[in-house]
Amino acid sequence: MASRLLNRFPTLNNTAQHILSLPFLRSTVASPFLLHSRLYSEDVSSRVPNRSSLNQVELAKFSSIADTWWDAEGPFKPLHVMNPTRLAFIRSTLCRHFQKDPYCARPFEGLKIVDVGCGGGILSEPLARMGATVTGVDAVEKNIKIARLHSESGPETANIEYCCTTAEKLVEEQREFDAVISLEVIEHVADPAEFCKSLAALTVSNGATVVSTINRSMRSYATAIVAAEYILHWLPKGTHQWSNFLTPEELVLILQRASITVQEMAGFVYNPLTGQWTLSDDISVNFIAFGTKNSQ
Amino acid sequence: MAIVINAHFNWQNNRGKGSLKYLLQQREIVARFVKGDQSTSQKKAKGRAVAAKIPAEVCGLKVPRRTFCNNIAAREHEENQGLPNNVVHYDIAIVGGGMVGMALACSLASMPLTKQLNVAIIDSNPALEGKTCIKKEDPPDPRVSTVTPATISLFKDVGAWQYVQQHRHAYFDKMQVWDYTGLGYTRYNARDVDKEVLGCVVENKVLHSSLLSCIQNTDLKKRIYPSRLNSMTLHQNHLPTMMDSTSSSLHASLAKLELSDGNSLYAKLVVGADGAKSRVRELTGFKTTGWYYSQNAVICTVEHKTENQCAWQRFLPSGPIALLPVGDKFSNIVWTMNPKESSACREMNENDFVKALNHALNYGYGPHPQSNLLGNNGDIFSWFRRDLTVSANECFEVPPDVVKLVSGRMVFPLSLRHANNYASKRVVLIGDAAHTVHPLAGQGVNLGFGDAFALSRIISEGIAVGTDIGEVHLLKKFEAERKRENIMMMAILDGFQKAYSVDFGPLNVLRAAAFHGAQYISPLKRSIISYASGQI
Repeated sequence: MASRLLNRFPTLNNTAQHILSLPFLRSTVASPFLLHSRLYSEDVSSRVPNRSSLNQVELAKFSSIADTWWDAEGPFKPLHVMNPTRLAFIRSTLCRHFQKDPYCARPFEGLKIVDVGCGGGILSEPLARMGATVTGVDAVEKNIKIARLHSESGPETANIEYCCTTAEKLVEEQREFDAVISLEVIEHVADPAEFCKSLAALTVSNGATVVSTINRSMRSYATAIVAAEYILHWLPKGTHQWSNFLTPEELVLILQRASITVQEMAGFVYNPLTGQWTLSDDISVNFIAFGTKNSQ
Repeated sequence: MAIVINAHFNWQNNRGKGSLKYLLQQREIVARFVKGDQSTSQKKAKGRAVAAKIPAEVCGLKVPRRTFCNNIAAREHEENQGLPNNVVHYDIAIVGGGMVGMALACSLASMPLTKQLNVAIIDSNPALEGKTCIKKEDPPDPRVSTVTPATISLFKDVGAWQYVQQHRHAYFDKMQVWDYTGLGYTRYNARDVDKEVLGCVVENKVLHSSLLSCIQNTDLKKRIYPSRLNSMTLHQNHLPTMMDSTSSSLHASLAKLELSDGNSLYAKLVVGADGAKSRVRELTGFKTTGWYYSQNAVICTVEHKTENQCAWQRFLPSGPIALLPVGDKFSNIVWTMNPKESSACREMNENDFVKALNHALNYGYGPHPQSNLLGNNGDIFSWFRRDLTVSANECFEVPPDVVKLVSGRMVFPLSLRHANNYASKRVVLIGDAAHTVHPLAGQGVNLGFGDAFALSRIISEGIAVGTDIGEVHLLKKFEAERKRENIMMMAILDGFQKAYSVDFGPLNVLRAAAFHGAQYISPLKRSIISYASGQI
């Protein structure tokens, strides 16, 4: 199934090896779900304070929680470890698509990128360091506060625009971006097809859309649900509905219907010996797709 | 921490046309912290001085524009307020501008993704500022390094080797190692592994000035601070929780360095390249493991009647003595011995010292090893004859006589020291700050250069994917890669030291067997040469 799909995308990255054969070793693939887990029990619709009116006690509280988001050795460690691999895919596809110099430290200079479902800003910040003008959106305002607070501590990330909003509201505001990136979000939305339409509506003509998610395969059931939720307790039981996962074919199809043509796809595999993730042509669990918006 | 998540997805009909309006992240997610965690985080929040979240425009202590390496909108609003002029921001602060620190700077300057970095080099060594002119007529300095072919090729890659070639340097393609028992010897030849050279002996000051010339001819944005590191402040929590009058929120996550001349600076990454007594290591609190050998190394430069083109090393009861060619008719001596002997060596008059040297390199302590081993019938190594290396047929040679001492005698205590960690958030150690080794085989500086080039490569990989270069994950990658290599070399050198610190009959025979093995078993010999050349 995967290979059939791969044949349709001759430019796929075929370099990485299949190091893992035992599915349970790949249990950490479940970690990206943590990205969108919410750390608070409070009502998300509480007052959104503006940047300068945060009171100090609140700020200290948020700081300590943001520490968890950004603590490289903390609960989000697997995410931090996986991030460079996702970014490597984004870098290579966007550089090629927008004809940017890959030997430049800030190849995304001049590109407007939106990170839909940005969480604590783990993806938005590297994109900003790579030169992009980044907008990070997340419906949970506390994530946005954390992301904002963290980004302000670094000069290169201080200009990221974080908004507590949804992709759809951005569409209503008629915002458009050169690249729209939404990683590990689509498996949580109620209607993936509509979600893809929103992503497409945010993308300028000939712009890029990058989506990553989890395959609906036996291996993903074993790793993301059985191992991560029931055996390792990385995630609370019921976090994911396996039936909500999309196969690569389905993703390609719904993106196509939203007038986005998938150009490249790659899988992520985890090597427990090196503790590193690599890009692979194995898309049976975690995969990422890069597509371009058809010109109208 | 246990997180309980309930996700509800709200979607509603929109405009009656059947188009569904989903609200992507309008899910209510409930997270519950386990009790322990909750209290910890509360404690954290209380313990911390109340954070003043003041937007940059308000708190606005500004950093001069030129100090940012990248164009960022964030600095626009800083234009009208200023930090004290002496507080500036760098991508990397290299503490210690010695050979290893300069090698890092050169390597950074040579790669497309790192050459735009803004680098501060902190070192009070005047050689970094002025033009230290190295005169070719001067006799060579006793402080030399044996650089391996691997190091040479790294130097060529960054464009520094051309400067080394303008000064005195001595390639050698042969090496002879033997011991005082007269039971065995090994000769290595570069041709055994189809190489031109086994290594090159270069004075440290030449290596240093070459790297300096190299860096001056690049457009790396750098500033040299002729000063020392006084203190370092790291905000391990990444967040601007503490606000004082001298830092804006933009710097709160960076490392702040205060120098002895009153300057201070901020850096995303602090590299400790400040040697065996690293201040950075001390300030960061990295622990070390190690020991002193109760041995000293006596080093000096000597002159021969003819040019020496071979590296010689003889193991004596008190430790190894090495005679390394340094170009022209000069050689470098590294002689290890116990502290008492070393002070005697330093005190004795020049003639006696030269005599002692010749004694140690020639007939002293024991006979010359036999070189006709191959001629014997029933030689245990005869199986390997078919695939003999070039050097297996070479006879034992006596090193050239020393005729004159041409430098002072310096004495250094020998120690082995290894930092348990090389990296933490925003701090990384390279070179002697991370590891000091036995000077046997001159590997120390090669390990340091290996560190420097590996670090710049890993920084470049990090920049490629937009990583904060002070990020601990990135630096731990460096640590994992280099620790393995460094520890292996340290263990080998330490093993050699220990094997030769005992003068005991059976052990002497074992050592002799090891020499024979190294001399006649070609695959073993090739592996040893490759390893010592830094090829593995």
